[in-house]
Amino acid sequence: MLNALTVLILCQFVGEVVARGAGLPLPGPVLGLLLLLGWLVLRDRAPDPALRQTGGWLLAHFGLLFVPAGVGVVTQLGVLRAAWLPLLVAIPVSTFLGLLVTGWVMQRLARAEPPDSP
Amino acid sequence: MDKLFHLWVYLETTPLLGLAATLVVWRGAVWGSSFLGTNPLGNPMLLSVLTLVALLLITSTPYSAYFEGAQYVHFLLGPATVALALPMHANLSRIRASARAILPALLAGSVVASVSAMLIARLLGADRTVVLSLAPKSVTTPIAMGIAEQIGGQPSLAAVFVLLTGLSAIVLVGPTMKLAGVRDMRAQGLAAGMAGHGLATARMLLVSETAGAFGGLAIGLNGLITAVLVPLLAGFLAG
Repeated sequence: MLNALTVLILCQFVGEVVARGAGLPLPGPVLGLLLLLGWLVLRDRAPDPALRQTGGWLLAHFGLLFVPAGVGVVTQLGVLRAAWLPLLVAIPVSTFLGLLVTGWVMQRLARAEPPDSP
Repeated sequence: MDKLFHLWVYLETTPLLGLAATLVVWRGAVWGSSFLGTNPLGNPMLLSVLTLVALLLITSTPYSAYFEGAQYVHFLLGPATVALALPMHANLSRIRASARAILPALLAGSVVASVSAMLIARLLGADRTVVLSLAPKSVTTPIAMGIAEQIGGQPSLAAVFVLLTGLSAIVLVGPTMKLAGVRDMRAQGLAAGMAGHGLATARMLLVSETAGAFGGLAIGLNGLITAVLVPLLAGFLAG
């Protein structure tokens, strides 16, 4: 658990340092994700069970981790009140279009592959 | 009463209150959402955020005081984002097998979602900060907040938009896939993860394991694509 958490935080730390140091347009944790993925691929064996367990635990509680940032809405109530109409239209419509385009393109291009049972 | 007041003043100065409130409210919300079943309004995150916002407003506690404690939960978003590498690695062979379909699908969806959100908001008169904060709305929160900050949006506004987008995607994914005739679970999962990040992916996992795996992949890849594309697009579209 502790080793696994150290690995995850170390990846984020290196990602942060590289992203800021090199002025890359990527957030540190994303670079950390790539770093960990690259390391797992290069090592070419199943990830440590402890790493899988800790990572799985964090991902299983993803929703909780969003809460503090979500509560930040309280500081933006004025903005939301001023822009409620554009947001009420823009968010659902753009989400619908994104779902439509991604799903449609993926199904068309992936058709040649063996279908998966749900 | 006086004692109670002093206790309150003390608690307000420690991070303990914000942290305890976040965890307790979350537990309560998970419990409460089990009664609401598949109703998207029963999402524990939405319930928690609404409850905590109400508590802050009622007790007139400033957000900064709450965040003093909540930051310890918030901090874990970083390592959790790194941990997304694990499901991606586990599905690497399947991902490689359909890489030619995945990348164009995500690229097209990512651009359409981001550009349409910014254009609609701008046409309907939203100001520049709102438009820029909408750009990364399909992406998972830590990445979205980072992108918003970088392009001149408002990170906390972006976090709210990400939340609302995820909830929209949960409601819309079923009808949209039906409308488009998309039955391939890989495509459904990819679309859910692209348009509705972790929230919609968690929902798809209930329907199909395959959809969940491709959703997880879409969260990570869309985060990368958006982080590269949005700073390039945002300058043109925000006006």
